[in-house]
Amino acid sequence: MKLARIEGVTLRYGERVILQNCSLDIEEGAITCLIGLSGSGKSTILRLLNGLRQPDAGRVMVRGVDLSNLRDRQLIDFRRKIGFSFQFGALFDSLTVGDNVAMPLREHTKMSKSEIDRIVLETLDTVGLANARDQMPSQLSGGMVKRAGFARAVVSNPDLVLYDEPTTGLDPVITHVLTDTIKRLRKQLNGTAVVVSHDLESIYAMADYVAMLFEGAIIAYGTVAEVQQSANPIVQQFIQGSEVGPIPI
Amino acid sequence: MKVFDDVGRGTTGFAEYAGGVATLFAESTSFICRLRIRLAETVAQAYFLGVQSVGIVLLTSLFTGMVITLESANQAKSYGASSLVGGAVAYVSSRELGPMLTAVVVAGRAGAAMAAELGSMVVTEQIEALEALGLSPVRMLVVPRLVAMVCTLPLLVILADIVSIFGGMYLAREAAGISYDSFLTSARQFSFFGDYLKGMVKAVFFGIIIVVIACYQGFGVRGGAAGVGKATTGAVVTAIILIFITNFFLSIVLYGTTGAQ
Ligand SMILES: Nc1ncnc2c1ncn2[C@@H]1O[C@H](COP(=O)(O)OP(=O)(O)OP(=O)(O)O)[C@@H](O)[C@H]1O
Ligand SMILES: [Mg+2]
Repeated sequence: MKLARIEGVTLRYGERVILQNCSLDIEEGAITCLIGLSGSGKSTILRLLNGLRQPDAGRVMVRGVDLSNLRDRQLIDFRRKIGFSFQFGALFDSLTVGDNVAMPLREHTKMSKSEIDRIVLETLDTVGLANARDQMPSQLSGGMVKRAGFARAVVSNPDLVLYDEPTTGLDPVITHVLTDTIKRLRKQLNGTAVVVSHDLESIYAMADYVAMLFEGAIIAYGTVAEVQQSANPIVQQFIQGSEVGPIPI
Repeated sequence: MKVFDDVGRGTTGFAEYAGGVATLFAESTSFICRLRIRLAETVAQAYFLGVQSVGIVLLTSLFTGMVITLESANQAKSYGASSLVGGAVAYVSSRELGPMLTAVVVAGRAGAAMAAELGSMVVTEQIEALEALGLSPVRMLVVPRLVAMVCTLPLLVILADIVSIFGGMYLAREAAGISYDSFLTSARQFSFFGDYLKGMVKAVFFGIIIVVIACYQGFGVRGGAAGVGKATTGAVVTAIILIFITNFFLSIVLYGTTGAQ
C-alpha cells in the first residue's frame, strides 16, 4: 500500500530548478530513507509531503488526497497527523523544552495536564533529555535542540513521521538510540517514516526502502540490498563515499 | 504560506503587498470573529505592548503638552487671550497629537519588536514548525497581538491626552502665570468628550495598522539576520507613513472637512 506519492513534481526557487519531474512512492508501514547530496532537495521533498511547499508542476498525494486541493485551513488540520522533525530542531525559543514537546498534545488532544506531563517526560527520556525539560532552547547544544525537536515530532504518536537528518551531528550512542526509536515507533503503531539521512550505517540498520535523489529526480529506489547492488555509478560513488566518479564536485 | 510571499517592487509589488496585508487582516479577523483567541498569550502581549509602553508614552505626551503651551501661552497672553491656552492644548491633544504621537511611538517600539520577533521565527523555521504541528501562525501569533493592541492603544491614547494636558497646565502657570483653574476651564470649554472618544477610535485603526504591517513584514522575512533588519525598518517606516495618511482621512470623516464639530 502506498501511503504517499510524489508524482512528476517540478519545483523551482526563482530560476533554479530543484526538483524536475521527480516521482517517489512512500510505502505504508515502512521506513523509507532518502539520501542524496547536500543541497539536492531532500528537505524540500519532506516539506512537499506535509504541504509546507507546493509543487510548481505535478502533484503530491497523501492518503489518496491531492494536497494542492486542500485549502490553507484544511492543510493545517491535515498536518496534525504528521510528525515533522526539523533538520535544525526549530524549537520555539520562547518556550521551555518541556513546553515545546508538550505543544502537540496540548493543542490537539484533550489529555489532562498530568497525563501530558507524564508522556512528555517519557518522550524526553527516550532521547536522553529528561533533565533538560525546564531549560530554554537557547541553553541547549545543537544536538540537544535536535533531539528535543525529534521528541516533539513523535510525542503524539503520529502515523506518518518525517525526519530531517535526525542523527546528523549526534554522538554514536544517541544515534543508535534515535534509530531504535524510529524503528520502534514504526513497529508499535505500524507507522510510516520518511528519514532523510547521510548516516549510511543507521540507514542500513533501519531502512525498508532507500531512495536516492540526484539532480532533481530519484535515480535509485529499492531495498537496502537492492540499492547497495545498484549498477548506477552515481549511487555506487555516493555509498562508497568516493571522490572519483560521475558526481560533479 | 502563500500569503507571505516575497515583497516585490513596483506596482505589482505594491498590489501584492496591499493584497497580502489585506489577506492577513482578513484571516486574523475571521479567527477573532470565531472567538479563536488565545487568552494567556493575549494578556502577555497586552502587557508587553501596552503596559510596557506606558513610560515612553508618558514622556512623549508630557513634553508635547508642554511644548504646545510654550508656543502658545506667551503669545496668547500678549493678545489677552490666555483663556484660550488650555483649550488649545486639550483640543489638539485629544483630536490629533494624542492619538498620532502615541501610535507613532508604539509603532517604533512594539512594531519593530513584533517584526523582528516574527522575522527571526521565520529564519529559525519556527513558523514552519507551527504549521507542521497543524497550528495556524496567524491564530497563534497575529491574533493575540492584534487583540492586545486594539485593546491597549486607545487606553494609552487617553493616558497621553491626560498627561499632555497636565503637562501643559503646569507649564502654563510656570511660564505664563495662567492659573490651573483658568487653564482647565478653557480646556473643558474647547474640547468635548466626543473628541476623546474619537481619538480612541483613531487609535483602534492605528493599532490595526501597526500590528498587521509588522506581522506581515515579519512573516515576509527572507535571508537571515539581514532580512530581519530590513523587515523591521520596513515595518516601522510603513506603519508610520500609513498612520499619518490614515489620520488625515480619519480626521475628515470624524470631524468633518471644516474641522468643526
Ligand atoms: N527558501 C529558499 N529559497 C531559495 N532557495 C532555497 C530555499 N530553500 C532551499 N533552497 C535551495 O533548494 C535546494 C534544496 O534545498 P534542501 O534544503 O531541500 O536541500 P537538502 O537536500 O536538504 O540539503 P542538506 O543535505 O544540505 O540539508 C538548495 O540548493 C537550496 O539552495
Ligand atoms: Mg536538508
